[in-house]
Amino acid sequence: MLLGDALGVAAVLFVIGVAGVLVRRNAIIIFMCVELMLNAVNLTFIAFAQTLGVAGQIFVFFVMAVAAAEAAVGLAIVLAVYRHQDTVDLRRINLLKG
Amino acid sequence: MHWVWLVPLLPLAGFVLNGALALVRPGAKRAVSVIGVGVLVAAFAAAVAVVADLAATRPAGPVVFTYWDWIPVGSLHVTAALQVDPLSAVMILVVTGVGSLIHLFSVGYMGADEGYARYFAYLNLFVFFMLVLVLGASFPVMFVGWEGVGLCSYLLIGFWFDVTANANAGKKAFIMNRIGDFGFLAAMFLLFQHVGALDFVTVFAKASTAFTPGDAAVTAITLFLFLGCTGKSAQIPLYTWLPDAMAGPTPVSALIHAATMVTAGVYLVARANLLFALAPVSSAVVAGVGALTALFAATIALKQWDIKKVLAYSTVSQLGYMFVGVGTGAYAAGVFHLATHAFFKALLFLGSGSVIHAMHHAYHRTHSPEDAQDMRNMGGLKQYLPWTWVLMWIATLAIAGIPPFAGFFSKDEILGAAFARGASQPVWYVFWFLGLAAALLTAFYMTRMMLYTFHGPNRTGERERAHLHEAPAVMTGPLAVLGLLSLAGGVLNLPPLLGGGAWLEHWLEPVTRAAAVHLPAAETAPGTEWTLIVLAVVIAGLGIVGAIRLLDPAALVPARQAPPETGLGKVLANKWYVDELYDRLVVRPLAWCSRVVLWKGIDQGLIDGAGVNGSAAVTRALGWVGSRLENGEVGFYVVCFVVGVALVLRAVLR
Repeated sequence: MLLGDALGVAAVLFVIGVAGVLVRRNAIIIFMCVELMLNAVNLTFIAFAQTLGVAGQIFVFFVMAVAAAEAAVGLAIVLAVYRHQDTVDLRRINLLKG
Repeated sequence: MHWVWLVPLLPLAGFVLNGALALVRPGAKRAVSVIGVGVLVAAFAAAVAVVADLAATRPAGPVVFTYWDWIPVGSLHVTAALQVDPLSAVMILVVTGVGSLIHLFSVGYMGADEGYARYFAYLNLFVFFMLVLVLGASFPVMFVGWEGVGLCSYLLIGFWFDVTANANAGKKAFIMNRIGDFGFLAAMFLLFQHVGALDFVTVFAKASTAFTPGDAAVTAITLFLFLGCTGKSAQIPLYTWLPDAMAGPTPVSALIHAATMVTAGVYLVARANLLFALAPVSSAVVAGVGALTALFAATIALKQWDIKKVLAYSTVSQLGYMFVGVGTGAYAAGVFHLATHAFFKALLFLGSGSVIHAMHHAYHRTHSPEDAQDMRNMGGLKQYLPWTWVLMWIATLAIAGIPPFAGFFSKDEILGAAFARGASQPVWYVFWFLGLAAALLTAFYMTRMMLYTFHGPNRTGERERAHLHEAPAVMTGPLAVLGLLSLAGGVLNLPPLLGGGAWLEHWLEPVTRAAAVHLPAAETAPGTEWTLIVLAVVIAGLGIVGAIRLLDPAALVPARQAPPETGLGKVLANKWYVDELYDRLVVRPLAWCSRVVLWKGIDQGLIDGAGVNGSAAVTRALGWVGSRLENGEVGFYVVCFVVGVALVLRAVLR
């Protein structure tokens, strides 16, 4: 029921997320795009949970918990980088390279 | 007889005790002397008891005492076992008897040396290995002794290792012996392949059926064995280490490089007599090389000025005689000459030690840098060293082959046997002639040595003369005993022709019996034998008289003022340039190969270059490629990531 639609929305969301990560240079935006991808996946889990069992729904909670922790750490890092570099443009943040 | 293990074990105990003393209390010379000489005398007593037991029971075969399994691998089964038979009996008596005298002499000779305890430790260890060599009941056990004496020889030649030349002489001896050892090892491998055993009893029991006379296998085995002998016993082509070995202390030269170790090769041939009898070609090679060496070394001895070098070449020459004896099949004669040579050559070396001791002392007192071993610095020593003079003349007459001294009987027996063999194989006439020529030269150079050392005016120097003196009793005592043996040693094997019983020959008969079947001793008519004896004596007399007539010790000048040699004399003084020849042919190409090919090419080029640095360079290059990917652009990372995921998904979701 609505599986096809849900998967379609999830796919669109995921592609938007990927495209955002690929084209944008602002760290915060990229971060949000990553969250978008996670949520696209969550939607997929929920959609499949209707036919494949409740495990998918449980998994969504885990993903959300991890995403929350990741957001906290990630934003803290972005904040720390901003204090040093006065920018969150990833083209300027390239100290780690061979 | 069952406590034969005591004979080698006593010197080993001496080595352990003296070695400990050398490490802990090197100054305890009295204790070292008592231990060092004591164990040897005790070993001699044990050896006498063993031999007396053997003489009383006269068992038909060798008596083997097995102690433990040494190498039990598959069908190879080697036990640590000692063997008592008439041949090893003679050898242990010579080794411990002459060894005791030389140890005693060393107490006086080495008394002032700082390495006294170390010296006696090495000397005891040498005697232990030598006894293992002659008592071993199998080729591998013998090989242990064979290697051990080589080690001790190295240690003692380089005893004064703070002089580079001495250390080099030790290395030379060791390396040249290794070439011979390769032959011994190869012979053992072949022997095991063909006979399947390595202990003497089995090998000699099976040899007659395993090999047909003149077989290629047995010829190869014996030739490889003889290669070992040429190394250990200083025969052509591996003899050059022995003269250099004189760098060691003089009693060492007497014990190791004259009386015992260098005779190991003769012992080996005599021990493996059955194998050599089965290989006529090898026997001819043994006799031929022996005869050539006897003459060749004698010519070099003619022009040496270092008193010990004369004796060294004389030793090489006399060892050649022994090989003529054992190569001819006259094993008893070879062993007889081995024993008498041990007596008179030990006496000569110890006598020269006594001379050097006096000379060194005199030069040391006056702080003169002159060479204490150069005969040109000696002369007229008979009034300062009367005992040494008399005893060394006895030894000289013995080695020259003047009756009734010991060397006459043994040398004559060897030459007689070679001549007798000539009747069936004419090449032995050549060997006999070479031996005879060497006998002439032997008498000549020995008389020359005695004339220049003891007769004529003294050339030591005005101030030094006052310090020349006879050696202490602890040194002249052993000399006197050896003098007695050199004088009377001939009775051991008095030929029937002279009314004797050929006692040694009968004693060794159980050992040589099997060989005699394949190689019966050739006989000559008594008339011919008398002619040979007279000829030998005339030749020896000619050498002595010739030396006295031709050489004038009064015309000699000290080494410092001596003019350079010219012509043939220069060639002889430079030992036929054999060392130089070996240097050009072997040493330098080898050193070149080591430096250019092995060091620069393989070690530095291949292993260091391609192996060590090469693998590092490859890793570095790979790392550089990887580091290009880490460009710091997050976008690039993400693209890689997405492309990677897409590829993985495509691969998985088929």
